[in-house]
Amino acid sequence: MIQTPESEKEMSTPAQPSSLASVANAKAPRTQASTAQGTGLETRGIHAWFGKNHVLSDINLDFTAGSVTALIGPSGCGKSTFIRTINRMHEFIPGAAMAGEVRLDGKDIYAPGVDVTKIRLQIGMVFQKPNPFPSMTIGENVLSGLKLAQLKVDNKDELLESCLVRAGLWNEVKDRLDAHGGSLSGGQQQRLCIARALAVSPQVLLMDEPCSALDPGSTLRIEETIRELSDSMTIVIVTHNMQQAARVSDYTAFFLSDGGPGEMIEVARTSEIFSQPKDQRTENYVTGRFG
Amino acid sequence: MSAVATPQKPWAKKPADRIREISFLLGSLAFSYGFVAATEMKGKLAYGFIFFVAYAVLSSTYSFLTRGAPAAKDSLVKTLVALGAVLTVLPISSILFTVLQKGLPGLHSGLLSNDMSMATSTDPIATGGVLHAITGTLTLVALALVMSVPLGILTALYLTEIKGKFAGPIRFLVQAMSGVPSIVAGLFILSAVLYPITKGFSALMGALALTILMIPTIARTSEEVLLLIPNDLREAGTALGGTQWRTVAMIVLPAARSGLMTAVILGVARIAGETAPLLLLTGGGDKVNPNPFNGSVGSLPYYIWKAFNAGSPEAITRAWAGLLVLMVLVLLLFTLARALTSRKVS
Repeated sequence: MIQTPESEKEMSTPAQPSSLASVANAKAPRTQASTAQGTGLETRGIHAWFGKNHVLSDINLDFTAGSVTALIGPSGCGKSTFIRTINRMHEFIPGAAMAGEVRLDGKDIYAPGVDVTKIRLQIGMVFQKPNPFPSMTIGENVLSGLKLAQLKVDNKDELLESCLVRAGLWNEVKDRLDAHGGSLSGGQQQRLCIARALAVSPQVLLMDEPCSALDPGSTLRIEETIRELSDSMTIVIVTHNMQQAARVSDYTAFFLSDGGPGEMIEVARTSEIFSQPKDQRTENYVTGRFG
Repeated sequence: MSAVATPQKPWAKKPADRIREISFLLGSLAFSYGFVAATEMKGKLAYGFIFFVAYAVLSSTYSFLTRGAPAAKDSLVKTLVALGAVLTVLPISSILFTVLQKGLPGLHSGLLSNDMSMATSTDPIATGGVLHAITGTLTLVALALVMSVPLGILTALYLTEIKGKFAGPIRFLVQAMSGVPSIVAGLFILSAVLYPITKGFSALMGALALTILMIPTIARTSEEVLLLIPNDLREAGTALGGTQWRTVAMIVLPAARSGLMTAVILGVARIAGETAPLLLLTGGGDKVNPNPFNGSVGSLPYYIWKAFNAGSPEAITRAWAGLLVLMVLVLLLFTLARALTSRKVS
């Protein structure tokens, strides 16, 4: 099993779990030293509850600007809940509560007086199920964030094109921007949702299992998109697919719940998580011995 | 090389099956005719009833003999379902037929362009018309729509989007309100608005009562429709930096548009033929009244009621013609609303 950086995009599925490490190592090295920008996003002591049910305990995680962080772990370990606390979507669930701080550029987004809608503009989100707005055309979908947040841009057509290009969808839809979003395939719809999230120029993009409803071909396209986007923004991706975590992420955090609230067991460079994890439970999980 | 396949439908009915079905139908028909002739039974309903019983017995016996008891039950239930469908459509088609039959003689060239200010309902048919009633009904419906659509949809939004503390009681009250008899709504406006404040008939008074009747229909149907909008869309809108109001206005309501239009149509259907409150509140004038806020105003239900009360043959014909016009008007409103909603969906 020899992987060269050049073959990254056309990579076939490795035969054994143990080869995940080689997948992780095979990624092209980051072109820029991202630490220069500092850590844009930090979480400190994040807990989350649904009613009396404590689902997430004491998560401290820094996201390096311009990198991709994958959150892996079995279902129900609080990964999705965690990323929903990062852009304040957690509070929409009735009975939800949280503790801790999420700092964006050093400022706690849960501090009193913070404009929640501005936070969500800076921290965008792509959902598990593609959800283009059904009443809008493809073009309107991409630009919907501007209308929702009442932002002004000088050149809408340019923005529309650049977002669709960055989401890897431009060539497929450039001739039918007036068609309805629902007329696209599932993978195209998800890339449309990514383009929609890009249009408001977020600093951070959260992706909650963005490929779990898609076929392998569409998944690969979206992974390419993620790698390209990560040069200009911080990306956090929740995934159940360890191949995917190995392929797209620079850092991987392993979450686990042993019946109680979910905890973060370990975070490290992706290549380390898949080759020499420090914790036995991480090793068991990434080698497929449980979960 | 395999043979060229031609598309076939092996499950389709064979000619023999069709002939058997038709012979069952004809046999039942003949039996019902003979049975009614041989016994004391009389009337069209007897023919229909005997026909269905005969057909059910015939077809289920055949199924029993060829395929056993389960097949017999199946064909019996099939016949009962068909009977149910026929019984449902029968009164509606009978009403349509009667209104057409009795209303057509009342039509004349000036029906839609004249009002009754220069004629009484006992005059010959060719004088007068229903212009005042049509304009009055349209005015009433328009006024009621202007008041009830915003209130109804806002109520539904409170129940589904804001989910405030009072959502439970409000939902209960709206449901209770949909059971309010129309005469009560009329009396309420009469005693609460007309007597103490305006002291006179007007289209507005009638529309207020109709609004009371229309709000629950619109609010409840809109609530059902809004509940069907996936939560994903609300989350996506919020995650893109929209406030709740922007998300609802730009995403939730447009996504629910055709359903909301159905709610409005059902609301109009609820009030278009409403008569009782109009008798109390509108005065039922015989002249086109351009001012919706003052003076008595006619309406189609009022016109029909008035003409039937007059009792002369001409008046009765007028009443049927009025019914025909009302039905066509309601049909036109529905078609228009459907066309408006379905255009952009494609």
